[in-house]
Amino acid sequence: MKKLTPGRKRLINNSITYGIVIAAFVILQLCSAGDMLSSSLEGQLIPICAYIVMALSLNLVVGISGELSLGHAGFMSVGAFSGVVTAMSLQEAIPNAGLRLAVAMVVGAVLAGVAGVIVGVPVLRLRGDYLAIVTLAFGEIIRNIFNVLYVGVDKNGLHFSLENEAALNLAEGGKAILKGPMGFTTNVKLASFTAGFVLVLIALTVVLNLVNSRSGRAIMALRDNRIAAESVGIGATKYKLMAFVTSAVMAGAAGVLYAMNFSSVAPKKFDFNTSILVLVFVVLGGIGNIRGSIIAAAFLTYLPELLRAFDLDEYRMLVYAIVLILVMIATNNPVMRGFFSGIKEKFRKSPEEPAEKGGVSHE
Amino acid sequence: MFLPYTEKTSREVNGLSFLNNLITGISLGSVYAIIALGYTMVYGIAKMLNFAHGDVIMVGAYVTFFATGSFNLPPVVGVLLAVVVCTVLGVVIEGLAYKPLRQASSLAVLITAIGVSYFLQNAALLLWGADTKVFTSVIPEGSLPISGVNITYKALVTVLTCVIIMLALTWFTTKTKMGKAMRACSEDKAAAQLMGINVNRTISMTFAIGSALAAIAGVLLCSSYQTLMPTTGSLPGIKAFTAAVFGGIGSIPGAMLGGILLGIIETFAKVINTNISDAVVFAVLIIVLLVKPAGLLGKTVREKV
Repeated sequence: MKKLTPGRKRLINNSITYGIVIAAFVILQLCSAGDMLSSSLEGQLIPICAYIVMALSLNLVVGISGELSLGHAGFMSVGAFSGVVTAMSLQEAIPNAGLRLAVAMVVGAVLAGVAGVIVGVPVLRLRGDYLAIVTLAFGEIIRNIFNVLYVGVDKNGLHFSLENEAALNLAEGGKAILKGPMGFTTNVKLASFTAGFVLVLIALTVVLNLVNSRSGRAIMALRDNRIAAESVGIGATKYKLMAFVTSAVMAGAAGVLYAMNFSSVAPKKFDFNTSILVLVFVVLGGIGNIRGSIIAAAFLTYLPELLRAFDLDEYRMLVYAIVLILVMIATNNPVMRGFFSGIKEKFRKSPEEPAEKGGVSHE
Repeated sequence: MFLPYTEKTSREVNGLSFLNNLITGISLGSVYAIIALGYTMVYGIAKMLNFAHGDVIMVGAYVTFFATGSFNLPPVVGVLLAVVVCTVLGVVIEGLAYKPLRQASSLAVLITAIGVSYFLQNAALLLWGADTKVFTSVIPEGSLPISGVNITYKALVTVLTCVIIMLALTWFTTKTKMGKAMRACSEDKAAAQLMGINVNRTISMTFAIGSALAAIAGVLLCSSYQTLMPTTGSLPGIKAFTAAVFGGIGSIPGAMLGGILLGIIETFAKVINTNISDAVVFAVLIIVLLVKPAGLLGKTVREKV
């Protein structure tokens, strides 16, 4: 067998990832057209897309940049709520639902990116555990703000309040969009599976291109050895911020998609547990492994539905926790790692050996 | 907080409510301080953020709840039982989940700690249900009137417990052999090992002490708020970590100072707006980390290449 150059190997690898996503979409669409999907899976399609984008986004920070963010649900909520506000206030201006969704997504993504810059600039000065705990703090602060934020729209434009719905002073015909702890309760179902698929493809393209670019290599160099990377002239703040903000933008877009699928979402939905859930996807898919993230997010988002059928749903989070601990120990303990790489080696050698021997005897 | 400008009487009333809030804040802060002591000791020695610490608090509170409520044991026995259970739990967690990762990156350890925290919460959910339990205070109700200000027995006991624990820990870490070993390990594990200190045992011991303190903090916390559910410990746990960072991580008086200051800040933020008090606490954490990452009483350690 010919040895593949690294560039070619990467191309094949990326094509497989794209191929899996596109094939999954086509199969699901065909099944959906033929009415072969269960209603529970059908209802999960858009959340699955949203969580895939979230997992890709978090993997960019945790896997590629090597920093732990525990506040990604915060960016998701910024996207979700700003997207809903945009979609609702542009209802008359843009009658086309698809276009309105696209505009809402861009606004949500940009605002989440702005939040990413605001959070990232101070946070990325810190390292390790401190960085993780501060992202957690920012996530909680964002949730707290949405818990007291009231937004309404009337013919004069948007109104904001931090007190209650009456303080919005809406003119006649105006309506409140965000209602503090209740979130939004008006139905804005604009999302479709196709839109979700397009978003997943865009996110995948962004991540894969970033990882294989000069900037991506700089980000990974900083992850592997910050001091060495800085000493060859890679600016830590710039590249870490680049990864962080890109990730926030993607999380914002995922938030818009997620919100547009439900008739009401409260800020409580985007709490610490959601951040952890996405982290579980990333860890189980393999930290830094893009394809793994996609598969893990899709499978684990659907898993509760499967488990519900067997009445095992209440044990799900407990199992997640145990698996999380076991995966970390298996991949990071020197003894365990030696054990696993030994097995891998065995499997890799066995098919190659006969081929080599055959080659020798032929001569 | 806001002094009115007209009547003297209302100013007096406000002055009193200021003092009352201050006492509430110090009492809440003392609970944070006890939790923060556990965080700070573990962080100082194992250099890891033990995310599950907050959930050990919850376990301690549940043990006391069932001991005093279901088995009608006296409160003192209930508290002691909680301390024993949590100590064992802390050592088991350390041995099973954290010990295999001694050499691993901090990211891996942190994710494992989150896993442990999640495990405890969900195990509690399955074992004891999601409903909120009404925790009967182990401290008698009532208060001590001192010149117009009512200091509840709960506040008094909480603050006294905190002071006693801090003094005991200071004595332990400076005077006993085990305590000195702990400080040696936190400075340099390899050198400590060369001096004949059993590093693994010292770390286990630290987890045992931290978890015992968590049990006491859990009982005190639930005695003040009287509600108990599987997620009771997680937010106070994170806030206590904030307190530990605020005071300077690794420093015992720092944890105490940070805890009490944070309790006071949170109580007054609650007076202004209940919904944003958590946001204020976390904003304090962010500001402290950015302005003075070593905390109020911490030492700055230079990074060596």
